[in-house]
Amino acid sequence: MTQRIESFRLPNGLLVVFEPMRDVQSAALSLLVPAGGVRDAAGRCGTAAILGEMFPRGADGLSSRELCAALDNLGLQRSFSVGSAHITFSAATTADRLADALPLISRMITRPHLTDEDFEPARDLIAQGLMSLEDEPRQRLGKVLRQHSYPAPWGNSSEGELTDLETITPDDVRRHFQAFVTPCDAILGIAGNLDFASLKDSIQSVFSEWRGPAVPPVTAGSCPVSPYHLPHDSAQTHLGLAWETVTYSDERYYEAWAAVSLLSGGMSSRLFTEVREKRGLCYAISASLSTLKDQARVMAYAGTTSERAQETLEVTVAEVLRLHEGITEDELQRCKARAKSSLIMQQESTSSRASSLARDMYLLGRVVTLDEIHHRIDSLNVPQVKNFIQEYAPRSMVLVTIGPQPLNADCVNRLA
Amino acid sequence: MKFQQCQLSNGLTLIAETNPAVHSVAAGFFVRTGSRDETTLISGVSHFLEHMAFKGDERFSADDINRIFDEIGAKYNASTSEEVTMYYAAVLPEYLERALELLSALMQPSLRQEDFDMEKNVILEEISMYEDQPSFTCYDQIMATHFAGHPLGQSILGSNESITALSSQQMRDYHRQQYHTGNIILAVAGNCDFDLLVTLAEKHCSRIPRGIAERTRPDFQPRPAVSLITREGSLQQNLMQMGDAPKGNDPLRFAAELLSVVVGDDSGSRLFWELVDPGYAESCDLGFSEYDGAGAWMSFLCCSPEDVAANLERCRRVFEDVSTHGITVEELEQARNKVASRIVLRGERPMGRLSLLGGNWLYRQEYRTIADDLKVIRGVTMQDIHELLQRFPIRMITTAGVGPLSSLDLPADAGSDAG
Repeated sequence: MTQRIESFRLPNGLLVVFEPMRDVQSAALSLLVPAGGVRDAAGRCGTAAILGEMFPRGADGLSSRELCAALDNLGLQRSFSVGSAHITFSAATTADRLADALPLISRMITRPHLTDEDFEPARDLIAQGLMSLEDEPRQRLGKVLRQHSYPAPWGNSSEGELTDLETITPDDVRRHFQAFVTPCDAILGIAGNLDFASLKDSIQSVFSEWRGPAVPPVTAGSCPVSPYHLPHDSAQTHLGLAWETVTYSDERYYEAWAAVSLLSGGMSSRLFTEVREKRGLCYAISASLSTLKDQARVMAYAGTTSERAQETLEVTVAEVLRLHEGITEDELQRCKARAKSSLIMQQESTSSRASSLARDMYLLGRVVTLDEIHHRIDSLNVPQVKNFIQEYAPRSMVLVTIGPQPLNADCVNRLA
Repeated sequence: MKFQQCQLSNGLTLIAETNPAVHSVAAGFFVRTGSRDETTLISGVSHFLEHMAFKGDERFSADDINRIFDEIGAKYNASTSEEVTMYYAAVLPEYLERALELLSALMQPSLRQEDFDMEKNVILEEISMYEDQPSFTCYDQIMATHFAGHPLGQSILGSNESITALSSQQMRDYHRQQYHTGNIILAVAGNCDFDLLVTLAEKHCSRIPRGIAERTRPDFQPRPAVSLITREGSLQQNLMQMGDAPKGNDPLRFAAELLSVVVGDDSGSRLFWELVDPGYAESCDLGFSEYDGAGAWMSFLCCSPEDVAANLERCRRVFEDVSTHGITVEELEQARNKVASRIVLRGERPMGRLSLLGGNWLYRQEYRTIADDLKVIRGVTMQDIHELLQRFPIRMITTAGVGPLSSLDLPADAGSDAG
């Protein structure tokens, strides 16, 4: 798999990274602007979320409906998502139409109207989304687990907080836009069947006038204490565990990846086999790596009816700890096989490549080629992964539960 | 891309769309069986059986199945709907044989008692998991309400009671009755050689017994009804409504798909501008659901309970306006562009092609290329939309809800005589 990766920076700071893909008909892009939830002012959690909702509501003289019709007629599938570090705009269409979409995208991102009239409906939608989240314990668990795992504001909810929404004003949103929707720290990843030279020309012409300041560093505070239980009249108890691991930029990242993959990488992995297949304790169980730029966690989830929740917690924690008793060559091989196959299949998806390009640039400042990942994964061996598992065995775990009853957290507290 | 098909010596139909330009290949067994093919007594057996398939046969244990699929780096899973149970794996081309060997083992599982007893717990957990997701609960409820008395109204997961009472013998009987060449096709999409594929399929699929498809498609007239599941502690109200739409084999289904995009796509549609853009509802959309011998408009609304009455009235006005006055040429063109782009993007990956390939064959014994689909979408005219709305105006007949409300004031024509 020989990949060509092109990148350049506009004078205003916007970093562009492109991967040509010849065997596809589509093109996709992922634009990261450093305006995510961590930038919400204290007591104004949800400002970024409202801004994300307001971008499509008219820009640069185009009404919301005109903008929408123009993008729809180009077949542009698109979405805004608000994360902790970034507001991300993702889009895909057939490759021949992306160049026509770029000017519209640029106008929407850099010159949104952000009027007072559009503020109320946007805030109402964010509020309704938060209320729905409260009705869905599994979704809510993700939010609460994050809050208890990362120090504020990294753990803050990028969806917003109901109590804060009322205090946010249209001016807050406009200030957020002015300060953080800026080309200085923005990254645009593009992948697809496109010609680099003409793409570069289009990008330069549509984004060159975008201006904005550099963003200041984020000061981190503290996390709320755990174990934490949120009472909810639900059919299942939803439980989340988190512990520290290494970041994407760390030398040992691929070992960390392997450790999580052994736990939860496929249907033959430890958690699925021990908790679900052998004991029938739950339907959904998983663990995955969550990585910010300078800190990372493994986050695990299980949903189980209340009478079996205690056992599920204990078996899950025991399985995580049992990893450092030893791992086999076969199970590591399976993790490698799955990863290699995913890497190859990634080459069939412009959307997944575009987001990987932008993410790599943000987290590492360079793109890791599929060849390099392949090589790093291939060279992993049992002693090395075992060593990582022992050195990075969880010294403490965050436990969050949502359901009718709290659980006995001895198995987690014992670690500390 | 090239389409080829053949009948294996045991009568199993094999269809394939080969494409040397992609990196992977996806294979799937599509079984014409689902909750509509069950009796009340065995409600949920199709889905439970789909889980049990992964417990293996006399050659492969449950551990073997999971382990080997992971060893070859497969992306694999299965799904059960009202009408189809599908088992699939996407792999790199060199692992196609191993994947076919395992997938074919799933078609003839041993259904061991101890596995059955253990997996029953997992199914019960899955039922509880969906209970905690109001939109899923609402979907089950609207299907049960709209298709009351028709097999499509039967729950895919079954209930705690039906699953608890189900025996492994009942499952074996159901398996014998449904899993045969009359109900199963093998579909393959992606990078593979057809001749080799035929050889591999002959080698691994010969144990699937011959059989003839049988499914009842009773005539059906939905009756106005409202059914609410009240959850006092909830903050938001979920509501779904259904009305009559073209059946799965009606040529008007393409017009129906486009009309649903104009009226109820999740952005840029009539419902979006009337309800979501102004912030009245968190989400509101309209879809067209096609079934074997039936079809339905299905709308979804999620909003604050105090806004439900006004929002339902807004929906009704949108539906009535479209049904009476039709849509504009610009709206149709916009929907064509959206749908065309979706078809192309989805078609780029073997997994995306596989479900269309298998679905088209199972429902209609037809093969359609991406170009065919684009052509038919481009060819839908204002006259087609007009004819569609004459025959199937968007008129909701049944309503179901999950949330704080215990009663509804429905606008006219939406189940109002059944409160």
